[in-house]
Amino acid sequence: MTGKRARVPAAVLLIAPSLVVMTALFAWPLVVGVGQAFSGPDGPTLGYVRRMLDDPYFWPAVRNTGLLIVVLIPIQFAFALTMALLLRERPRLAGLHFYVWVIPLAISDLAAGLVWLSVFADRGYLNSVLDHLGVDGYAWLSYQNTTTMFLAVVVAELWRSTSLVLVIVVAGLQGIPKDYDEAAAVFGATYWQRLRHVVLPQLRPSLQVALILRTILALETFAVAQALTGRSLPLLVGETYQWYNVLQNPNVATAIALVVLAVSMLAAAGYLRLLRDRTAAR
Amino acid sequence: MRRRRWQRAAVQAACVAITLFMGVPLYLIALAALSSRASLNRFPLPLLPTEPSTETMSTFLRSTGVTGGFLNSLTVGLGTVVLALLVGVPAGYAVARYAFRGRDTYQLFLLLTRALPIVVLSVPLARIFLDAGLYDTTYAVMLLHTALALPTTVLITAAIFVGVSHEQEEAAMIFGASPVQAFLRVVAPQALPGIAAAAMFAFMLSWNEVLGATVLTLNQRTLPAQVLTTLADSPLAYRFAGGLALVLPALVFIAVMRRYLLNMWGTTLR
Repeated sequence: MTGKRARVPAAVLLIAPSLVVMTALFAWPLVVGVGQAFSGPDGPTLGYVRRMLDDPYFWPAVRNTGLLIVVLIPIQFAFALTMALLLRERPRLAGLHFYVWVIPLAISDLAAGLVWLSVFADRGYLNSVLDHLGVDGYAWLSYQNTTTMFLAVVVAELWRSTSLVLVIVVAGLQGIPKDYDEAAAVFGATYWQRLRHVVLPQLRPSLQVALILRTILALETFAVAQALTGRSLPLLVGETYQWYNVLQNPNVATAIALVVLAVSMLAAAGYLRLLRDRTAAR
Repeated sequence: MRRRRWQRAAVQAACVAITLFMGVPLYLIALAALSSRASLNRFPLPLLPTEPSTETMSTFLRSTGVTGGFLNSLTVGLGTVVLALLVGVPAGYAVARYAFRGRDTYQLFLLLTRALPIVVLSVPLARIFLDAGLYDTTYAVMLLHTALALPTTVLITAAIFVGVSHEQEEAAMIFGASPVQAFLRVVAPQALPGIAAAAMFAFMLSWNEVLGATVLTLNQRTLPAQVLTTLADSPLAYRFAGGLALVLPALVFIAVMRRYLLNMWGTTLR
């Protein structure tokens, strides 16, 4: 009994430093940030928020960020699921394939942007290949070609960030007992029926985690677009960077950052609610 | 039977296609960064390493701020590892071993902090560090990266300590070891590979983080921050060389960490 009582303070002692560090570096900046965004030299003000809303780059940045999430995430999840299911078939050289597929886990978004810049640049590798094939090149990243510019960012992000979803899905698949799947196969279910009614429902917790994480991270996409397009394709976090580093206005920068935070929290709460409701209804 | 064979072939082909999609860009950035300036100016670009040259790479390494940025990245990365482990390992141990009140709340708090966008922290932190006289130092970036790496460090180390047998630790204590001795002699050796993995994770996070490092520094840029802030006025060759310099550690990292990846990003996230 005495032993148990002595343990509680030990545990608290052990986690205390981490609590202190995280409060100091997460909670405090949040409070300061709200202050920066909503108070000026003469007390509370909405001036910075208004300046943010009036900026000609703000709404395009909101639209592009939203569009990126809506386009990227469904493709990305389909891609990651395909990869995980392919690995489940135990192809030859599975280890090598898996290694190459997860390399981007450790590649920063800036580096990914630079990698794809070598492909999409006007005199880059894609146009070189086209030239070898006798096709005229195309200005993929020109500000006049908004669609291809956007698609280049989507491809680069797909390349870089799908590995995160893949790893979560593969780990999830490993945790599923094979019995159900085999039983369904014995009773004559086709591959697609088993996928739809046996595997995917059991993968739901993993997919839920991946979905929340990826949505939040996609909201923060910035350096890829910066490396590929500069400010031609404004994104929300890129605008924070612009306001802070180039326009030297930390107040408006924080206001935009708080928008990103609010949307992240809304998205996370929304997903949790949506996915829980469905489970409850079953 | 023939259908089965056909399916196997299709699976193999799909795997190869995906590997090409993931691998070819890496080949291309290496090719670009290891070409001479003259051959980068040619069009169409050669697709095979016909004239390998270290010219582009060495010009990049000699540019202003690159060596300094490299050293700063290294300092910040190692500092982040030390701080994150010092603070995170004890917490991970507590989460794994003790059923204390508020443990679930604590774990939820960890998950929540992972969801905070870096950008929300960086700009106010710049103000705080300005007041504290830490702005534009490697310490400022180190602290930010520690905060970012800490939740994952705690979750990973907790998962590792759960896997180390508690009985052996208790046996050591019955034979007269103090809790600290039991930890150092019995638990630490078994947990070491996992802790090394957590350390590499923290280093990689720090090496790759660009926005916070850019916001918190002016002269003490880390390598990615240096590359980002000079992006607009630098020639393509510089950008390609910077790309390769940032990508190379990733290849090594994944090769070393392959065993731990699923644990790290997969299971501990829940």
